[in-house]
Amino acid sequence: MITIVDYGLGNLSSIKNMLRRLGFEAAISADPAVIERAPKIILPGVGAFDNGMRNIRARGLEAVLNRKALEERVPTLGICLGMQLLSDSSEEGRERGLGWIHGRAVRFSFPEAPARLKIPHMGWNSVSVRSSSLLVKDFLPEMRFYFVHSYHVVCDEPGDVLLSAEYGGPIAAAVQKGNIMGTQFHPEKSHKFGMILLKNFAEM
Amino acid sequence: MLKARVMPCLLLRNEGLVKTVKFKDFTYVGDPINAVRIYNDMEVDELVFLDILASAEGREPPYKLIEEIAGECFMPLSYGGGVRSVDEMRRLFSIGVEKVLLNTAAYENPDLVAEGAALFGCQAIVASIDAKRGLFGKYEAVVRDGRARTGLDPVEYAKEMERRGAGEILITSIDRDGTWEGYDLDLTRRVADAVSVPVIASGGAGSVEDIGKVVKEGHASAAAIGSMAVFQAKGLGVLIKFPKQADLARVIG
Repeated sequence: MITIVDYGLGNLSSIKNMLRRLGFEAAISADPAVIERAPKIILPGVGAFDNGMRNIRARGLEAVLNRKALEERVPTLGICLGMQLLSDSSEEGRERGLGWIHGRAVRFSFPEAPARLKIPHMGWNSVSVRSSSLLVKDFLPEMRFYFVHSYHVVCDEPGDVLLSAEYGGPIAAAVQKGNIMGTQFHPEKSHKFGMILLKNFAEM
Repeated sequence: MLKARVMPCLLLRNEGLVKTVKFKDFTYVGDPINAVRIYNDMEVDELVFLDILASAEGREPPYKLIEEIAGECFMPLSYGGGVRSVDEMRRLFSIGVEKVLLNTAAYENPDLVAEGAALFGCQAIVASIDAKRGLFGKYEAVVRDGRARTGLDPVEYAKEMERRGAGEILITSIDRDGTWEGYDLDLTRRVADAVSVPVIASGGAGSVEDIGKVVKEGHASAAAIGSMAVFQAKGLGVLIKFPKQADLARVIG
C-alpha cells in the first residue's frame, strides 16, 4: 500500500482522498516500521524547510527514507515542501535537506518587476514537459496545477527537471531522478489534472 | 502564466449555506456538501467557506462539517469564521483545509497572524478585511461581521497584516456585498497596490465582466464570487453555478 509519510506537516488526508477516488488505498504513517514495508512512498509537506527536516529527523525517519529511496529504490514522490526537502538545502533555513536530487531551494525575487508578480506564487499555472517519464503519461495538451510556494528549487542538473512552469522566468514544477520524483504543485488540489499524475504514480 | 483565480465564497450559517446583501438579509441557499460536489465537478479554482456566526457566537469552527467538505474537495479549500488560536488552525489544517482566514481575531489579537504564519507558513494565513464606506466617503475596516468599527484605514490595515505575516489579503466591500453591482475597484486597487502579497477581491460581482475589471483595473490576484455562484441571476432562485472557463479566459486571460 502506498504510504504517505506523516512527519507532522502537510495535508495528508487530501492526498489519501484523491488516491481513494482513483481506486488506490493509501496508509498514512509516522512509524518507521510501516514505512520500511511501503512499496511506494509519498512525502507531503506544507510549511518551512527547517521545520520539515527537523521533524523528519526527530521522528527517526531519515534513515528509513534514505534506505527506501536510495537503496531499495521504491517510487518516491515529494509534494510541495516534500519536493524541496529532496534537495540539498534551502535559502529558507539552515538544515541540510535529504540531498536526493542535488540543488537548492531559493526564494522568489523579482527585482525587475516588483509590482505585479506576487509572492507566494499562488494559484493555477500551466506546466511544460521537459523530459519523458511514466509520471506524465496521458498528460493533456494543456496541464495546469495548483501552486502555492515562496521558494522554488533550482536543480544542479537541468536534466532532473521533469516539468517547468513560468513565473517571472522558468521554474522547476516537477523533478525526477530515477525512482525519486517531486512536484512543487499540489496534485491533490488540482482536481482532474492532479488525478492524472497521481494515477500514474500509483500505477508505477 | 499564472491565471487569476476565481473562487466561490460561500457563507455558512448554522451549517447551511446562505447569501447576504450588505452583510444582512440572509437567504438560505442550500446544503454545503451538495454545493461542494457540484463545484468539484465544475472544476472551480478554489473554494472559500466563511462561518458568519462563529465569531459573534464565540463558537469554534464547525469541524465535523468542514472535514466532510474537505473530503469532497479536490481543489484548495479556505475556511474562516471564529478562528482564534493556533490550535484551531492546526486542527483545520489537519482535516484538509489549505488556508485559514482571520478577521475579527486578527484585529483583537495582533500576534495571532504572526504566530500562525510562523507555525504554518504565511501562505496558509489569509487576513480577511471587511471594509465599509463611512461619512465623507472614507473607507473603514470593520470587524465582528460588520458590527464593530475599528477606525482603521483598510489599506494601512492590509499593510500591517502583510507585515505580520499574512500571505494573502481578502478585501470585502460590505457596501457592494450581494448587490451584483460590480466590485469596488477603487478599494481593491488601493489595497492591491499597497501590498506585495496576493489580494482577493470580494463583494459585488455580478458578471464575468466584473471579474475581468477587478483583475485588470482593480489589480486583484483573485476574485471571490458570492451571489454569482449561488443564484441563477439577480432576483432569481438558487442555482449552484460557476462561469465557464472560456468566458473567464476571455476577460482575465
